[in-house]
Order: sequence, then C-alpha cells, then structure tokens
Amino acid sequence: MAVDRNTVTVGTELPPFVRTTDFHNWNRYAAVNDEFVPIHMDDEAGRAQGFPGAFGMGNLMWSYLHNLVRDWMGDDGRLVTMSCSFRAPNNRGMTIEARGTVTAVRDEGGERVVDLDLAVVDHDAPDTVLVPATATVALP
Amino acid sequence: MSDTYISPQMRDIVGLELRRSTSFPITDSDIRRWAIAVYYPEPAPRLFWDAEYAAGTKHGGIVAPEEFNPFAWLTQTEADAGVSARATTGFGPEATLGIEPPATTAIINGGTEVEYGVRMRPGDVITSVTILGEYREREGRLGLMLFSTTEDTWTNQRGETVKTSRGTLIRY
Repeated sequence: MAVDRNTVTVGTELPPFVRTTDFHNWNRYAAVNDEFVPIHMDDEAGRAQGFPGAFGMGNLMWSYLHNLVRDWMGDDGRLVTMSCSFRAPNNRGMTIEARGTVTAVRDEGGERVVDLDLAVVDHDAPDTVLVPATATVALP
Repeated sequence: MSDTYISPQMRDIVGLELRRSTSFPITDSDIRRWAIAVYYPEPAPRLFWDAEYAAGTKHGGIVAPEEFNPFAWLTQTEADAGVSARATTGFGPEATLGIEPPATTAIINGGTEVEYGVRMRPGDVITSVTILGEYREREGRLGLMLFSTTEDTWTNQRGETVKTSRGTLIRY
C-alpha cells in the first residue's frame, strides 16, 4: 500500500526493506547484471582480499535502496534523484536493512516533493552503516 | 610514495568521451528477471512483470526498475564490433583509453549520484555516453588516494534522457 502524501512529514520513517544475504541473493543478481566477480562468488577470494569471506555486490545494495523507496511511494511515485557511497561490505550471512527518514517536504509544480535520508545498515549492529544514501521523490 | 598519481597523460584525458554503448532492445523478460533477482526471496512488484496490472497504472504498461542495467551481458555496440563475450581488460578510465594507469594497488567504488528521467520500457534501446569528469587527490589514512569521476548520460531511442549519473572511483 503506497503512502498517502498528506500523512508525510519531516521525521516520517519508511518501512524498512530487510534481507538476509547469501549466495542465493548474489548469484541471482550476478546472473542478471553479468557481475561474476570472484569476491562475490567465493569465500577464498574474499579472504584473499582481507574480508571474512565472500561479500555482496554494492550494486545489489543500490537496488535494495530503490526497493525501499519504491515500496513506500508506490507505482505512481517518481524517483527524482538518488545518491550513495559504499562504506562497508555486506558480508555473507549478514541481515541487512535499508531504512529511510523524511528530511524535507515541499510542493513544486503540482507535485509533493520529499527528500529522504537513507542507509543500508547491519540489522544486528545498526550503528554499522554500510551505505549512506539520500534520495528525492515526487509523490502523486 | 609518489607526490601525485596524476600524470600529464591523465590530465590530457579529462573531459574526453570514454565510452559510447548502445544496448540491445530491452525485453519484458530482462525486466522480469532483474526484478525477481533484486526482490528475492519476496515476490517482485507486479508493475515489473504483470502486463495487465501494469496497463492500469499511470505508466500504461510494464516499466523497468529505475536502476535496471540494459548493458549487462552484451551490447549492440560490442556485437557490431565482433565481440561475443566480454573480457576484463583492466579497470579505470586510463585502461579504456589505452594510457598508462596510475601506480595504485587498490580500487574501490566510491559511490554514485543519479538523476532519473523517463522510465525504461520493453522495446527501448538505450545509448550510454560516458565522459571522464575529473581527477582529485587527498591524503587519507591509507596514504595518498586518487578520486576519479565519470559522468554517464543514458538516452532512449526517442532521444529522451533516462538518467544522468556521476560515479566516483577511489584508488590508492
């Protein structure tokens, strides 16, 4: 159910998008994005780079942030911008949570435009931000 | 430790076009599979795979998730050049333009900023033009770090902008 734009105010939180990630998620993503990189496919390759094992694609966390925003705004919402930086790896078996908070609301050209502060965090250690991000959306 | 990673040759390629690629036409299967992969194990939204449902939305039909990549696997540009499978030829803009890359040992994706335009749909053919934006350097806790940015513009077959993005690569 998409959000009702009239209920959105600064501080509104988006329902989080949560996934426990492993090769089941990463192999599917590798298959659609042609992203077959050893560090995402093989624990040994991850360890050779100094990580505990294989870790997930940054691009898949980028998709999870899009899923979070889409699920909230609904099919008629419009994603205007999104930015992110990659800070920490999504280690194998980690449950990650994409979350978001409204930071500004304004009306522009007949649309309700909303700025969002987003992050992908480790669900079990939520102070660990893997991907800080921001987005602007227009709600119908 | 060098004072700079940025060679005169590297300065000369700032602002140049790194790449121009045209995709094969996007199919509804490409979109459906992408959506299933990125929502797995939960079901993907119907907008991405149910034509009847999608026809009733403001989009009037299936559209791709905003972050969908139509350049995966093989592009029309590569096929025209006789390439049937991609080989890794090295990372970074210098490798693409055939000049000596900086003497760094590590490479990470620093982040992305995207502005979205019209949605991608089945049948669309997307052209991507990538330009080398700039080089910057900064002392970090791992020593001298090189930041390079690329600016990528995607347009569809009608000349409408699908997205513009700016990516940062960090090397040290």
